[in-house]
Amino acid sequence: MGYGPESPSCRWRIAYRLWPIAHRLMKIHRISALVQRHLFLYRRSLPRLMEIFYWPFLDLVVWGFITMYLMRHQGELPGVVTFFLGALILWDVLFRAQQGITISFLEEIWARNLMNLFASPLTPGEFLAATMVLSIFKVTAVAVVMATCALVFYDYNVFIIGLSLIPFVLNLIIAGWIIGVLTTSIIMRFGQEAEVLAWGMVFLFQPISCVFYPIEILPKWLQAIAWGNPAAHIFEGMRGVLNTSVFPAEHLAWAMGLNLLYLVGMVGWFHHTFNVCKEQGLLVRVGE
Amino acid sequence: MSFPTVEIAGIEKRFGRTQGLAGVSFELGRGITGLLGPNGAGKTTTIQMLLGLVTPTAGSIRVFGLDLATHREEILQQVNFSSTYISMPYSLTVEENLWVVAKLYGMRDVQRRIDEVLKKVEMEDSRAKVTRRLSSGQMTRLALAKAILTEPKILFLDEPTASLDPDIAHKIRALLKEVRRSAGLSVLYTSHNMKEMEEMSDRIIFLQKGRIVAQGTAQEITQRFGQRDLEDVFLKLARER
Repeated sequence: MGYGPESPSCRWRIAYRLWPIAHRLMKIHRISALVQRHLFLYRRSLPRLMEIFYWPFLDLVVWGFITMYLMRHQGELPGVVTFFLGALILWDVLFRAQQGITISFLEEIWARNLMNLFASPLTPGEFLAATMVLSIFKVTAVAVVMATCALVFYDYNVFIIGLSLIPFVLNLIIAGWIIGVLTTSIIMRFGQEAEVLAWGMVFLFQPISCVFYPIEILPKWLQAIAWGNPAAHIFEGMRGVLNTSVFPAEHLAWAMGLNLLYLVGMVGWFHHTFNVCKEQGLLVRVGE
Repeated sequence: MSFPTVEIAGIEKRFGRTQGLAGVSFELGRGITGLLGPNGAGKTTTIQMLLGLVTPTAGSIRVFGLDLATHREEILQQVNFSSTYISMPYSLTVEENLWVVAKLYGMRDVQRRIDEVLKKVEMEDSRAKVTRRLSSGQMTRLALAKAILTEPKILFLDEPTASLDPDIAHKIRALLKEVRRSAGLSVLYTSHNMKEMEEMSDRIIFLQKGRIVAQGTAQEITQRFGQRDLEDVFLKLARER
């Protein structure tokens, strides 16, 4: 075992040195408090349970029938047709990741609890971190439900894409967070009237995410925009896996790079909006 | 006054063209300071600024000698508040709500502290009740329980007895007096109940149109304006608007 920068002992030393800095920036107990606060809600809330079990199930049923229909009539393209179900499941991953952030923020508005949170030592960064953790819980639950139903009802195994699914799903979650943080910032700034964006914003990105069709279907000018969308690289990459069985490293690299860029920018914008709201007194009136 | 825990120097707040606060300066030491004034005088805005929820347009706020703008986390760790206008998540039980608050402030021995506080506000039997099922009196007591749970050194109370019946309001006042005595707290207190202000406050700050128009003990203020009691002073100043 070596002692260079890549050696385990060196990595432990670096982690050991970085821990106090990370600990100063964010407190695990505050993040866990906020995560637990939301998990408490699921014990006795049917609408919230429906959000995880019923709506995704309904999505799957509707799209499942569409897929079956297309399979009957376009039997010459079964690979493309079955891709619909996989694409739907992965689209839901993006959607639920976004909702995990935005709905958590709305829950605080509806409960008139934002002042209690932001008058405590909780930082905006910790707030976002908690909502991201929650979105992972939500996405995991939704993905398990949908993948199981797809297997049971339609004999469709989403894991046919293989292990390459994992980095793509992680990137989809991050893409969902980016839209979630964007939506949350807008709701914080513009209040109740912008709440509807919590459900609609993600669909604005759907045409340029190329979920159900290849990117070359789009007009040239829209293709240029779509290539700037990490989700388009993810879906395009997964189509590549299905069609050619070659791991699309280039698409994955683009998705990761764009996600990193947008996530940093969006978190910065969230902090900026938070400060603007404090200056304009909007934070204490956001639910009005 | 004892060594000031909070020093507010020349804070101003403008919301567009509206002047919320215009050069307000005061200090808070131990004991209860009443913040009095008609609606729109700037009481709630002052408390929101002290909680770091609204940024002043000008001026500075120092707590324990630290600037609130740059030491938000350290300061808010020592501060808590209760307001009639803020609620707690309705879908959580009383105990779950208090647990979340305790964790946000990094408290240890949370269960013991929750038990203590629920006993203080006489809500031990309601610990498993979902918050939406509480009466308005219980809701106010829960808000107060939340405020004292974290053993703050500074407490901001925005109309803590509004909408309470006289019996519960009396119990709340007794509780606040006891908390202040035992913990040596600095409390900033707003109310529209003048009798309550006289009873509770060691010192009163009278705000009008975003400015301090009087400060001192209740007796000093009534004497200065040549009125019988604080209610008459309030009516005189409010009608001069």
